[in-house]
Amino acid sequence: MVDTTTRTPASPMATPRRRRGRLRVLTRRDKFVVAAMLGIPLLLEAAFVWFPALATVALSFTKWTGVGGVQMTSCASLPSAPGIPQPGCLYGVQNYHQVFTNYPDFWPAVRHNATWLLVFIVIATPLGMLFAVIIDRGIRGSRIYQSILFLPVMLSLALIGIIWELIYSPNYGLINTIIGRNHNDNLIAWLGNPHLNLWALLVEATWRQAGYVMVLYLAGLKSVDPALREAATVDGATTWQTFWRVVFPAMRPINIVILVVTVIESLRAFDLVYITSNGNPLRGLELLSVSVTQNIVGETQRIGFGSTLGVVLLVISLVPISIFLFQAFRREER
Amino acid sequence: MPGDSAQSTSLPAVSRRTALKGVAGLAAAAGATGLLSACGSDSKTSTGTTSNAATGPVTFGSNYSDPQPKAAFAALCTAATSKTSEQITINTADHNTFQNNISNYLQGTPDSLATWFAGYRLQFFAAQNLLSPIDDVWDKIGGNFNDAAKSLSKGLDGHYYLVPIYNYPWVVFYNKSTFSSKGYTVPTTWDDFVALAKKMQTDGLVPLAFAEKDGWPALGTFDIINLRVNGYDNHIKLMKHEIPWTDPSVTAVFNQWRELLPLCQKGANGRIWQDAAKTLENKQAGMMFQGSNQVAANYAASNLADLDFFVFPEINPAYGTDYMDAPTDGFILPKKGKNAGSAKKVLEYIGTPEAETTFLQTDHWDVGLANGLVAPSYNAIQKKSVAEIAKCKNVSQFMDRDTVPDMATAMIKLIQSFIDNPTAANIASIQQSAESQAKSIFAS
Repeated sequence: MVDTTTRTPASPMATPRRRRGRLRVLTRRDKFVVAAMLGIPLLLEAAFVWFPALATVALSFTKWTGVGGVQMTSCASLPSAPGIPQPGCLYGVQNYHQVFTNYPDFWPAVRHNATWLLVFIVIATPLGMLFAVIIDRGIRGSRIYQSILFLPVMLSLALIGIIWELIYSPNYGLINTIIGRNHNDNLIAWLGNPHLNLWALLVEATWRQAGYVMVLYLAGLKSVDPALREAATVDGATTWQTFWRVVFPAMRPINIVILVVTVIESLRAFDLVYITSNGNPLRGLELLSVSVTQNIVGETQRIGFGSTLGVVLLVISLVPISIFLFQAFRREER
Repeated sequence: MPGDSAQSTSLPAVSRRTALKGVAGLAAAAGATGLLSACGSDSKTSTGTTSNAATGPVTFGSNYSDPQPKAAFAALCTAATSKTSEQITINTADHNTFQNNISNYLQGTPDSLATWFAGYRLQFFAAQNLLSPIDDVWDKIGGNFNDAAKSLSKGLDGHYYLVPIYNYPWVVFYNKSTFSSKGYTVPTTWDDFVALAKKMQTDGLVPLAFAEKDGWPALGTFDIINLRVNGYDNHIKLMKHEIPWTDPSVTAVFNQWRELLPLCQKGANGRIWQDAAKTLENKQAGMMFQGSNQVAANYAASNLADLDFFVFPEINPAYGTDYMDAPTDGFILPKKGKNAGSAKKVLEYIGTPEAETTFLQTDHWDVGLANGLVAPSYNAIQKKSVAEIAKCKNVSQFMDRDTVPDMATAMIKLIQSFIDNPTAANIASIQQSAESQAKSIFAS
């Protein structure tokens, strides 16, 4: 690299030409290194991100059980026997039509994903921030609280699902036993009641998410210059004002990270529902991600239909991702 | 999936042995034929061919991943090796994983033989050309089985694709001690049944233990009421969508069921079946309708002597108690498996009463299918199971084995909604939704 820079012509040239000039002066070895360092990640990205994504989009226009290949003919033109699947064939936008009009899980799933996001933004994340702020004030035993609140984050979501399943179990579970509601005439079906089970799961999710946000936020708070707070105190600001007017704005980068984490965590909500329902979502627990796997993984596969649900989830996810990237790049340009 | 249930307790127990078996399975799947021939086989010529005549070491893909069925299956394979002198390597996969991967498994590098289920679940894969017909095996073992077992083992094309090993009945279980201490008698008609359940309720018992969190148990209740009200032929036609789900006969089933629901354990949608079975075992509940493969298997050995059952009572005199769900498990020959010649010899052995006896040595809830087999190890429940299954004019398999699995999945949701809200209006909307989903699932 050293000799390239020395050979680089002086700066007054126009930017694009200068770039091309630089490329020309790269040695063969440098070019190889650059090509490898760009090419390998690009190839991996293409193979493991772009190809599957595009293949999913393509498959969403087919009907396919995963047996044999997909023929480039329309399903309507192939013979069919009731109950015995046709070989893979082109199905047009039929899958999309089915998803929006006939698939009973779809609209509940959209609603539940939205609820999940809302609860995370309104309850789980602010709760984590509150914990962080309180602990940051150095109350007595803050390390113990910190450890207790962070403990759920160290458990896998699958394990959290199993733990809470035992807590919620109707006849033999912890909660119903303690409050004496485990008899046949008065028991509370925490996970069985479709009006209750999503909230029961959101408690589990919040239990973990709050700890996660707390740790992120705590790290952010520690990095805020104490002089800022001192200055605010000298100016006569109350604790409340200091936080909202001084500390919170100073933590803008961390706030954005937390927002993104929150949105991503709620869109990829899957594990808890999958564990709690043994794969086949209980009524009241439908989520888009679970619907995708329910159709694609299993003894008989509706790959075309599942891909359609995957494409819908992709389109929804693109909205927050685009907003975030747009924001990030705009800041970089500035 | 009724067949899974004995195995599908919520936590898969991974023992060190399972893990080692899994490693061995991986090695075998990776094509380490050298490993297999090192196990003492003398034939090296046939690897890689799939012709019927091919002989050589047999690999057996098994979903019997729980300790007890696993041990029983190992005993069966040892016996098969000593009878046929074919080497058998067992590759055990976790029960649910095996099922979820079955279509990839059958298209990839399957074992010579594999465990599977009878009924539509068999026909579905046979019709997609993933299994080899085994008519020549049945030429030899055909005499050991009755017509019901034979028709269960056939694909839609009329060829045989399965050798059955065991089945088990879906019946109403109760504790003998409860019935004798309270002076209950076994009901034979619907009215007696409902009256008994109401009596139990006033006696402070939960009349019918009931759980539906797993999704499939209530499908069994739908099956039996449909079989009792509308008969076997109608039930199978409904499963094949030759009768629409909006048919009045389906409404009749739900209406019948509605009478029973207030007498069932509350909050079923949030309860796993093991907890319901525990309520029966603890004598907090009077009865429970489910498979013996689940209820009897879940009972502690010391309580098993107290357990008894009766067949679901008659509803429509035209059909009496002629039918029941008796899911059958067995073995298939994947088309891409190796050494089919040797594998068929193993199947010929498995299709004998003595092989079933070996398999059932430690099993106290399933029963063999061979004609008149009463294994010496049978307990009272098993002896009664054999007698009651034999009395049936026809046995169905279970909703998730008799129809397209996607349809069974759709029905799970709808039946859970029925259990939450058993009103006439909801029944109507359930039937509408079932029909519109059936149209898309069975669509050409």
